Amino acid sequence: MARTSDNRDLFPGALEIMILQSLRRKPMHGYALVKHIKQVSDDLLQVEEGSLYPAVQRMLREGLLDSEEGVSAKGRPTRIYRLTDAGIRHLERELSSFGKMFDGITRVLAFSKP
Amino acid sequence: MNPLPRLFSRTRRYTDIDISIEEHIQERADELEAEGMQRKEAEQTARREFGNVALLQQRSREQWQWPALESLLTDLKLTLRRLRKSPGFAITVLLTLAIGIGANTAVFSVIDGVLVKPLPYPAPDQLVSLWLNAPGAPGLANFQNGLLLSPSMYFTFSEHNQAFQSLGVFAPDTANVTGLAQPEQVHTLLISDGVLQSFAIPPAVGRWLSHEDQDPHAAKRVILSYGYWQRRFGGDGSVVGRSIQLDAQTAEIVGVMPRGFRVVDRDFDLLVPLQFDRGTLKLAGFGYNGIGRLKPGISISQANASVFPLIETWMHSFSNGPGTNPFYYRLWKISPSFRSLKEQVIGNVSGVLWVVMATVGLVMLIACVNIANLLLVRAESRQHELSIRAALGAGRARIARELLMESILLGLIGGFFAIGVAYAGLRLLIEIGPANLPRLSEVRLDDRSLLFTFAISVISGLLFGSIPALKYAHSHAAAALSGANRTASASRTRQRSRNVLVIAQVAMALVLLVSALLMIRTFASMRSIDPGFSDPAHVATARIFVPELLIADPVQVTHIQNEITEKIAAVPGVASVGFSAAAPMEGFDPNWDEMGVEGKMYPGGDPPMRLFNYVSPGFFHTMGTSLLAGREYTWDDVYGLRNNIIVSENFARDNWGSASAAIGKRIRQFSNMPWQVVIGVAQDVHHNGVDEKAPEIIYWPAMIQSPYTRKPTIDGPRAATFVVRSKRAGSEALIADIQRSVWSVNGNLPVANPATMQDIYAKSMARTSFTLAMLAIAGTMALLLGIIGIYGVISYAVSQRTREIGIRLALGARKSELKWMFVRSALVLTATGVAIGVVAAAILTQSIKSLLFGISPLDPLTYVAVPLVLCGAAMLASYMPACRAAGVNPVQALRAD
Repeated sequence: MARTSDNRDLFPGALEIMILQSLRRKPMHGYALVKHIKQVSDDLLQVEEGSLYPAVQRMLREGLLDSEEGVSAKGRPTRIYRLTDAGIRHLERELSSFGKMFDGITRVLAFSKP
Repeated sequence: MNPLPRLFSRTRRYTDIDISIEEHIQERADELEAEGMQRKEAEQTARREFGNVALLQQRSREQWQWPALESLLTDLKLTLRRLRKSPGFAITVLLTLAIGIGANTAVFSVIDGVLVKPLPYPAPDQLVSLWLNAPGAPGLANFQNGLLLSPSMYFTFSEHNQAFQSLGVFAPDTANVTGLAQPEQVHTLLISDGVLQSFAIPPAVGRWLSHEDQDPHAAKRVILSYGYWQRRFGGDGSVVGRSIQLDAQTAEIVGVMPRGFRVVDRDFDLLVPLQFDRGTLKLAGFGYNGIGRLKPGISISQANASVFPLIETWMHSFSNGPGTNPFYYRLWKISPSFRSLKEQVIGNVSGVLWVVMATVGLVMLIACVNIANLLLVRAESRQHELSIRAALGAGRARIARELLMESILLGLIGGFFAIGVAYAGLRLLIEIGPANLPRLSEVRLDDRSLLFTFAISVISGLLFGSIPALKYAHSHAAAALSGANRTASASRTRQRSRNVLVIAQVAMALVLLVSALLMIRTFASMRSIDPGFSDPAHVATARIFVPELLIADPVQVTHIQNEITEKIAAVPGVASVGFSAAAPMEGFDPNWDEMGVEGKMYPGGDPPMRLFNYVSPGFFHTMGTSLLAGREYTWDDVYGLRNNIIVSENFARDNWGSASAAIGKRIRQFSNMPWQVVIGVAQDVHHNGVDEKAPEIIYWPAMIQSPYTRKPTIDGPRAATFVVRSKRAGSEALIADIQRSVWSVNGNLPVANPATMQDIYAKSMARTSFTLAMLAIAGTMALLLGIIGIYGVISYAVSQRTREIGIRLALGARKSELKWMFVRSALVLTATGVAIGVVAAAILTQSIKSLLFGISPLDPLTYVAVPLVLCGAAMLASYMPACRAAGVNPVQALRAD
């Protein structure tokens, strides 16, 4: 059925931006990606493991990511995802707009504090 | 990414997803195992942490799909698979649809081509057919269409009118072309200046006929039709400037009209200019068809008003000769009654075509109802499945979509096959359609027909699909799942919609059958009328024309015709021969004029107009037209120019009370003429077809002293229809023998239009027999579909109530009672349908009143017979399943399921 929602637990775009940022550092396969996000966020962000995959597929379709055959740490066949140039540009744009949004939110929150 | 490569790389993407996810789970499981978990437990935990694997796989895949479209495709695949699994159902439905839609498309194509599409001339709305009304002309009421123009009227109108860009007159004729191959009789159209200008179709080669060409002293020039050009000159482009021998006169070819060009609805071989000598024209001679092109913005009523004063101008400008009163025509109250050319072309055929369209439409409706019934049964058998799906959360729209998809798909596949049926049907329709169906050459299966096929396929799919869709989309899940089909009998509501459908079917079938029977009765009453001749199948006919330039002397013409009859009479197997200016039902009237009876005073001073025909000796005998009193002409009568006359029975009765009283009485046309003595009274002949009253006819001999010239002139029909009574009538050999006989008299005379009187008689009834054939086919189909419908409903009811029947039988019900129970329920449905249908038929058949003859649209016999037939059919259709019900074995019925 027609459902495009990626079941984001966070605000819209947050999962995407985290995936892009993580992959910018180095190409990873799915499990590594999930693990990386969990570790970096100190488990503060509860990302449902599976929800990553539809998001990755969407970004592949949009050309933000690229995938290639590879092997995991244990030697099993898997797919390694890397950021494309378009992905990098997209990330930059998103980051700056996030930055502005955070600034805005922070100011509002700071102002309403008594 | 482009959609296409995406489609092709999809399988690889799906594999990628599966591999990634599987690796993810395995890797996590490895970790958990390393933490000390059992492998099996670790894998389970890994999966749990991952989430709903299948769902996430699906979500991931969906990124590469068009979900709305693909779910539709899945439905489609499912539907096709389901249809393949029940080929009996699919074939029945598709066949019904192909025939139904095909018939509708064929008839639509005809209606579209004949009635809807504009005529194939530029700005066809400006074209009008010039007819006059003359309510004051006594006896002229016999002219169904009104009064045609005379040449002097043409000159008056074209010189003075304000409303037309151009106008002209034309008349069909025949001519003999010699010098090309065998002498050939061709169809010509004599046209005045203004005719081609009005149609405004440029010639394919050469030029139009011009104003100068109609000068009576100008050289003869002609235009070829495309067909004649191809046939006789092989489409040679250098034909312009060449000459042909037309009625033994040299005529120069100046142009060729393009393919498909027709004058109003007439095909022709040659266009020949009318060369009127304006100085010698009289008022009379109302024998020319008028055509005009209105100035832009002028309406027909404005044109009528603008031409009306010209009638006076006409009477001032011309006369019927010295001593005659030109203002005599004021009594006729002549007024223009122009009509659009399209109306003229279509004529009375539109009624027939709409009846046929309504008929096939009704059959289509009945077929849709039948299919809806079948689909209801199918949906019913799927009710369990549908209920489960509804319980699992499928929306009503989703289920309705699936049910509708099936029916629309059926409609479209049926529509696809229908194109073939329509193509065949169209050819059949053109074959059996009335020969005078106008514009038939313009009828074809075109993109509009295909669009119609598509539309009707979808609409009928929606129509028969919506009933089960509406009914089952909101299945009462609880009822169906709680084992409703374990209950003894089907509930009343489940049967109701099928009953309603059967009632509708019976009602529609009744309307069709009533119409068909009315047409059969019409045909029978037409056949029961004595046409005025007998055994027409054994009378061969052919037209022979002796042109003036070949034989100038009219007496000589009669001698040649006499000689031809003798030669043909000598042919083996020929019983007798005769000829007349026009055979009955050939569609033209040789002459109309007044005829006064000695000693009789007429109100208004003038005797009424009568139809005149020329007949040869032996004509009545050959035709089988009996002489009620007196005798036929002899050749001595003819050559002697004796003032003898033969009249029709109704003329005799009208004037002298009986046929025998007429003999020896005297009549004459004009007061300056000698009296003519009645020597014979011929049986009434339905000259214009059996559905028209037999006109009062005056029969001139084959040669007369012309009543229309001042100095004595001999007159006779140069074109005559020869009738030959022979057992060999209709055979090619006889036609060849006739042709040889004619050539033995004069080698330049062709024999045209060979036929039999039976052909001419059948042709005059073509409109009725065509409508009859269509309605009979439709009625039969409706009856069959109705029987199938009733059978289906009763037999389904039997199968649903097997358990109840078992209980009844176990409790001691008698088999005959059981049978009667089912037959009765069929009869109740039929009776309800009949009641509704009778009312509908009584209303609807008013619209075919004009097609009926000798019978009322409320003919009691028809309204009794058809319901009886339907009830009989219903009994028959329900009896078979009822027998099956009675044959139920109670033990098995109660044990089953």
